[in-house]
Amino acid sequence: MSLLRRRILKDRVLGKTMLVLTVLSLLALLIMAAGLLYKSSDILAVHSLKDLLGSTEWSPLSGRFGFLSFILSSVYVTLLSVVLAVPVAILTALYLTERAHPLVKKIIFPVLDILAGIPSVVYGLWGTLIVVPWIADTLGPHFVDYTSGYTLLAGGIVLAIMIVPLLVSLFVELFSIIPRDLKEASASLGATRWQISRSIVLRKAAPGIIAAVVLAVSKAFGETLAVLMVCGNMVGVPHSLFDGAYPLPALIANNYGEMLSLPMYESALMFAALVLFVIILLFNALSRVVLQNVEKKFKL
Amino acid sequence: MKLKFVEEKIASVLMLLATLLVFGFFASIVWTIGRTGIKSLTWDMITSLPGGGFYLGKEGGILNAIVGSLMIVGGSTALGLLVSIPIVFYMNVYLKKGSRLTYFTRLSFDVLFGIPSIVYGAFAFAVMIFLGLKTSLMGGIFVTTLLIVPIFVRSMDEVAKSVPHELLEATYSLGATKLEACRVVLRQIAPGVATATLLSVGRAIGDAAGVLFTAGFTDNIPASLDEPAATLPLSVFFQLSSPIPEVQERAYASALLLTVIVLVLSITGRIITSRFSKNRIK
Repeated sequence: MSLLRRRILKDRVLGKTMLVLTVLSLLALLIMAAGLLYKSSDILAVHSLKDLLGSTEWSPLSGRFGFLSFILSSVYVTLLSVVLAVPVAILTALYLTERAHPLVKKIIFPVLDILAGIPSVVYGLWGTLIVVPWIADTLGPHFVDYTSGYTLLAGGIVLAIMIVPLLVSLFVELFSIIPRDLKEASASLGATRWQISRSIVLRKAAPGIIAAVVLAVSKAFGETLAVLMVCGNMVGVPHSLFDGAYPLPALIANNYGEMLSLPMYESALMFAALVLFVIILLFNALSRVVLQNVEKKFKL
Repeated sequence: MKLKFVEEKIASVLMLLATLLVFGFFASIVWTIGRTGIKSLTWDMITSLPGGGFYLGKEGGILNAIVGSLMIVGGSTALGLLVSIPIVFYMNVYLKKGSRLTYFTRLSFDVLFGIPSIVYGAFAFAVMIFLGLKTSLMGGIFVTTLLIVPIFVRSMDEVAKSVPHELLEATYSLGATKLEACRVVLRQIAPGVATATLLSVGRAIGDAAGVLFTAGFTDNIPASLDEPAATLPLSVFFQLSSPIPEVQERAYASALLLTVIVLVLSITGRIITSRFSKNRIK
């Protein structure tokens, strides 16, 4: 009897411990939000939210913290990367699900895995060795008088390559749950393979595609080291693809060393982290819910 | 020829081009990192600490970063497993299928997975200041654990979800408690745990933005938890920002080393998933 009691006791105690861990992990997002909000309360007490988000004036020495140019830099570089990556990812995913030879799949999936796993510092290094010189010497001179190559465009290209693996794997998953019957029905009416892809697969998967893109946006938005290495980090709103940009994560990473030496600086950077956190949280939660619903709709 | 066939031709060509493009970028990255890195990758560089004037191009290696990275990755992987295995068990064994708590836990881990490491870094830094801690090995392990727990939970949960419910019921019918049923589940998800571990190690070793705030950087091997620790990605980053060519060359070599480690982890992960699923009941 005592053995049984011990077993049940063990089960109860460890079960409750697991419950506590699970609930704690649920609270993790709240705790992070609260922590960042607490740290940025100093700057929020002095400047209004509108001031911080709507002004481009950035001079920490005189206590001016306008985040607009950083936010815009982030938005531009993210949009650019998505515009570059989405068509390539959709076409690749269609190729892989609809026509690729099994052998091709056997090669390309590990390649995508590896691409997804390559550290961002390596992407940054590749960007400085290949993309930046290409923009400075080959592409740039056609459009502008001079560019160093460390530009918005370089950041967009590097980011695009970083999000392609994520997009392709999400798209492949989406496209392969589209019911076969629909495709066969349309094939029997004489549709070509591209017509099937376009009017059945892409249309049916549309909400999922949007959700996947939103997920990729949030990944690109938070990417730090790679963009920091290729974007040029010039404070100011970029006006063309060949201007330097200074995205939000790069700002945080670049200034962590000095942030304790200036008043309000630490709080300002924590506020920047909070802005990143909130934007990405919203994007992520939204796209996950949409993706789950899409999956449910087709699986049942 | 009908328009739809022209369209079909164009579409096929574009699809093939897109796939080749992805492959081309992969080849370009591997080739560039390999070609530039191999030149200055020497045994000496892997096995010695940075000497005096290392960042001016003099003698030394990056052993500090290699060992620092291993310490952080080892510590955070152990800690991450300790935290995430109970969560996965709780969601899949203790809670009923379709419970609200499971739904929200999964959703919140999905979201946590998307939070960038720089935000984790900033948060951990805020916590460390609050507790009066300096940049240290401990801080690095803490932030990396935060970063990889979502990966652990998500990928192990994916496998645990597919364990048939009948198996659990058979276990209960023999008089097992839920805790003992976890042992059966563990055997089922063992290859999943291994793959998840490799995935997380890969992400943990490549992450730089998180440890930038929390682990600091040093030329020595940390002797205790409260000393700062160097990491490989940061070592690449700092060496690269030097204007001296020799130091930059070494950054390329360090990047090659880092890439090779990640490559090996990723390939091993694939092999484990496909080979070692012998205890699985489908």
